[in-house]
Amino acid sequence: MKKTVLNAAHQRHGARLVEFGGFEMPVWYSGLTDEHHAVRQRAGVFDLCHMGRFEIVGDDPVAALDRVVTQDVSRMKKGQVRYSLVCNDEGGVLDDILIYRLPDRLWLVVNAGNRQKLLHWFGERLVGAKVIDHSEELAMVALQGPLACSLLAPHIDRAHHRAVADLGYYRISRAQVNLTGTPIDGWISRTGYTGEDGFELYIPSGSAESVFDALLDLSDDVIPCGLGCRDTLRLEAGMPLYGHELSEQQDPIGAGLSFGVALDKEGGFIGEPALREVVARGPGRQLRGFVVEGKRPARQGAVILHDSRPVGVVTSGSPSPTLGVPIACGYVDSSVSEEAPLEVDLRGKSAPLSPHPLPFYRRTAETAHSE
Amino acid sequence: MSNVPTDRHYLSSHEWAQQVEGVVVVGISEHAAEELGELVFIELPAKGDEVIFETQFGEIESVKAVSGLNSPVTGKVVEVNQELIDSQSAISDSPFEDGWLIKVEPAIDSGLDLLLDHKTYQAQLDGS
Repeated sequence: MKKTVLNAAHQRHGARLVEFGGFEMPVWYSGLTDEHHAVRQRAGVFDLCHMGRFEIVGDDPVAALDRVVTQDVSRMKKGQVRYSLVCNDEGGVLDDILIYRLPDRLWLVVNAGNRQKLLHWFGERLVGAKVIDHSEELAMVALQGPLACSLLAPHIDRAHHRAVADLGYYRISRAQVNLTGTPIDGWISRTGYTGEDGFELYIPSGSAESVFDALLDLSDDVIPCGLGCRDTLRLEAGMPLYGHELSEQQDPIGAGLSFGVALDKEGGFIGEPALREVVARGPGRQLRGFVVEGKRPARQGAVILHDSRPVGVVTSGSPSPTLGVPIACGYVDSSVSEEAPLEVDLRGKSAPLSPHPLPFYRRTAETAHSE
Repeated sequence: MSNVPTDRHYLSSHEWAQQVEGVVVVGISEHAAEELGELVFIELPAKGDEVIFETQFGEIESVKAVSGLNSPVTGKVVEVNQELIDSQSAISDSPFEDGWLIKVEPAIDSGLDLLLDHKTYQAQLDGS
């Protein structure tokens, strides 16, 4: 099992470590629910070094990448970050990624479990460009939560003296990180996977541990957060997780991710003809959100029933710390109406499902700046 | 390092059994409680139900996952810890005392003689 450069820090901070995506990662430190509430109400720090950080290089990396991802990269502004899928020829999802269009380079962040698969895929399918894996030398840590901006701002110098508070949502900029006594050159983006305001820092791996500790020292309001609460936070925020909502057998349209699929972009992309067909005839199944009646959470794989007939399957489910009830999302056959009464089979016992619009949680104070 | 009391016996799947005045008290070990983390749900048999050695008799669910509970004894359930149905915190806070799960009247072929003693169970935890 691989370890991130923050493994020693996790042990020092009392993490319970589990395997995730081939890495030994913290699932929680103080406890999942505490960490979840800390991010919703204050701020939490996450190790994201397990994720893949790639660069696309070539004469025209934007045009090359545009042929293998669903998002329209050519229309992204410099400094912009956008969500995208990487699809196979059948329109199934190989991974969901973030694309970072920096002024002088093109970056991707991909899921830990798909790193090798995507390196291979990009290596084979990129024409006139190649992929470079920077995951080892470049570390990635996140500070997420409503206090993230005010806590971080005094310690970040952005290019041209722009304020951290003015960094727009889903924007990235070069930054000097002054958290540890030694200025560290890196990048900062206003992105996250929690449904809260927050930032992700990209710094040399050698400084990761000192930055991680310094973020925790910013205030007593900041605590280290594991992948357990990252999962409940993203589920509440209606964000998909690869291996749950997304797979090579699942199209992004039924997953509710049409916003990340630019069918109209010039030149087409891998999977485009198949996805056009899905849009034309409508996806066979659609992702829906539910509250599970009772106390018992529905887990991935639990069968969704209508009139005792299987009509779908749960992809993610958990007690929701924010809502205080078990929530779930799952795929339901498109032929089943939104109003149809549904139940979920919890290992032989059925529990009623109440439809709930996705996302389950949306933060009230929007921080959508334009820069 | 989690606590392994010397006055009871264990299954390798982390359930414990303690004989008290002809009745066997059943619970999960501190190690198991720590591994599970925050608990959200438990399903236990009813009074009068039969439980079978090394066979699932209930389920315990944490925020992250569901786990089966295996019986360290064959016999008839004579008491169920009803307080756990509303809140499972006693299992996390006091797995060997207040967090007991069921009490069982052991059958003649109870399986109790097949349980691990505390040293063997401790060695299993040390080896993992």
